Amino acid sequence: MKTLRFLLVKEFKQIFRNRSLLPVIFVMPVIQLLIMPLAANYEVKNINISIVDHDHSSYSQKLISKITASGYFKLAGYCDSYNQAFKQIENDQADLILEIPHDFEKKLVRENKQQLFIAINAINGTKAGLGGSYLAAIIAGFNNGIRIDWLQPQRFSQSPVIEVTASNWFNTFLYYPFFMVPGILVVLVTMVCTYMCSLNIVKEKEVGTIEQINVTPIKKYHFILGKLIPFWVIGIFVFSVGLFVVGRLVYGIVPVGNIPLLYAFLSLYLVALLGLGLLISTYSETQQQAMSVAFFFIMIFLLMSGLFTPVDSMPSWARTIAAFNPVTYFIEVMRMVVLKGSGFSDVKYQFLIITAFAIFFNTWAILNYKKTS
Amino acid sequence: MKQFITFIRKEFYHVFRDRKTLLLLFGLPIAQIILFGFALTNEIKNSKIVICDYARDNASQRIIEKLAVSTNFNIEKTILSHQEIEAAFKSGKIKLVIVFPAGFNEDILHFNKATVQVIADASDPNTATTLTNYISNIVSDYQKEITGLNPLPYQVVPETRMLYNPELKGATNFVPGVMALVLLLVCVLMTSASIVREKEKGTMEVLLVSPFNPLLVIISKAVPYFVLSLINLTIILLLSVFLLDMPFNGNLLLFFAESSLFIVTALSLGLLISNSTDSLQSAMLVSLLGMLIPTMLFTGFMFPIENMPMPLQVISNLVPSRWYYIIVKSIMIKGLGFAVIWKETLILLAMTVFLLLVSFKKFKIRLQ
Repeated sequence: MKTLRFLLVKEFKQIFRNRSLLPVIFVMPVIQLLIMPLAANYEVKNINISIVDHDHSSYSQKLISKITASGYFKLAGYCDSYNQAFKQIENDQADLILEIPHDFEKKLVRENKQQLFIAINAINGTKAGLGGSYLAAIIAGFNNGIRIDWLQPQRFSQSPVIEVTASNWFNTFLYYPFFMVPGILVVLVTMVCTYMCSLNIVKEKEVGTIEQINVTPIKKYHFILGKLIPFWVIGIFVFSVGLFVVGRLVYGIVPVGNIPLLYAFLSLYLVALLGLGLLISTYSETQQQAMSVAFFFIMIFLLMSGLFTPVDSMPSWARTIAAFNPVTYFIEVMRMVVLKGSGFSDVKYQFLIITAFAIFFNTWAILNYKKTS
Repeated sequence: MKQFITFIRKEFYHVFRDRKTLLLLFGLPIAQIILFGFALTNEIKNSKIVICDYARDNASQRIIEKLAVSTNFNIEKTILSHQEIEAAFKSGKIKLVIVFPAGFNEDILHFNKATVQVIADASDPNTATTLTNYISNIVSDYQKEITGLNPLPYQVVPETRMLYNPELKGATNFVPGVMALVLLLVCVLMTSASIVREKEKGTMEVLLVSPFNPLLVIISKAVPYFVLSLINLTIILLLSVFLLDMPFNGNLLLFFAESSLFIVTALSLGLLISNSTDSLQSAMLVSLLGMLIPTMLFTGFMFPIENMPMPLQVISNLVPSRWYYIIVKSIMIKGLGFAVIWKETLILLAMTVFLLLVSFKKFKIRLQ
């Protein structure tokens, strides 16, 4: 026990006396948490639209003002020809072209039917799909307006109308940071802890000080615990600052669920994660190696975690890989507990899995760490 | 010159004799292309939904059948009590509940008006709105069916064409982004690490007291990563064309010229980091922690930059990968020439010159 205390004092001193490392641990996560949720927004606004109006009638004017007034579209300019408008798409000045054909108004009234041509820059498929459907909705509204102008309004509607009323629970105003902040916080804690932990032991190997530890009576588990506990504490500290200072004060996120439950999960998760860091460092010889391997796994974990894209939408082989990703479970639990107030019975499955991860990584790391060279 | 070549050879040995670093150099780009190409999509599929059918009549059954065949939804179960809904949301398994009120069909037949209630788990706003839209579409399909085939008068028919990517594949957007991301991160991390390591181990001193020009020491460190990045780029390009069926419409030579410029930009950024720090740990932490997520966000391939708040849009201009991303899209997918991308090229060039000037100024050939 006494040995462990000395080791802990040594580790904490090592961390706090490294001036260049402190801002990386404490300041960088806070700054990133301040900036990133604002940037991570799937809402599509400000779609630049270029209009080719061959008609110049009152109807085409009405349609154009309806589009620009909607708030989704920004007028990139009027063009005389499709080719000119296409140039704007090539230069990224416009995302979408609306071409109103010659005699649009006249033919609409006479022939009962008229077409509009839309061309969308679809390199970003999501944005193109959304932009197209917004525009289609505006055109449909415009169309209804014309019908009301020309037809007798009917007292009773002839055809049945099925109305869909939607209510959004847990996040009534569809505020995006509510969704992103808990997830990004998980990723930041994950990155700080895994990198720091995997680098730490390798550094002793590289500098040669591990030899000195190997010739002392320090037990294997003393050494490993001495390495784990400081980063475990740092992880909890970074998480608390992120959730209660940045999340609460800046984004107004008040966890709905049970906070001790959250911390219980965090503690287990950090043990699992630090085990992974240890494992990486027992397999590496140099800091650069440890960093490369840690980065490789973090990158894959991050992409497969459901932070940016939903896990449910992945093909089944990818969902199997995601099931072996500890980050997925913590992001899930965070979002469930913080936003929906889920209780222990809702997340007991995740608890079980993260415990398994913790045992697995740490056992492997301890078995693989040898005091004899 | 002979010395220079010997030095470059030394650096290549450094890289190739370190297997685990090679995993990052070549494994990461390949893994990313495969993940982005096949696994990651912004589409919402296989969402588990619950149906709360109080009506249990002809109309509600027909709509449920339509929902069942859609790949967007997986109908989890049918529950009947309103109390169970909240519990179901909290267990995190379901995304949405549809409630058909009692007498749904009768409402349609007698009052010509009926309501379907949709309750979405909006803790994920994007999924909630998308799924609600899908359901509205399915319901309005059914509505059209029962209305019959009366064409409406005065119809405006929008005819939509999707340029460049008619199937709306995600890869078209992601591949240029992954190229920018991988090149930037790998180059910055690798160069900064390899220079700082010599400082930390003390071998930098040996190099500095040799008759070899100190600047050439630094340049010879950058050369292997330049070559490896080009190889990397070629691998990504081949994978995306042959595995993901991406088009390559532009000039290959121009593409590689612009990419070389971008690689040099990234290398000079790595140089700057290595000249500003003395410990390997902080060099690597700055280049990874500080750069991974910002680069991912501000390149613009995950989230559109024009939706970000103004200060962030200004910051995004400082991220080199943002400009390279525009260049790759223009050349590879749109098939445009230099005339369209000269501005972006100029910006990258200016960044490179600036970074190099600052880092040469900071480069010390004397030890403290």
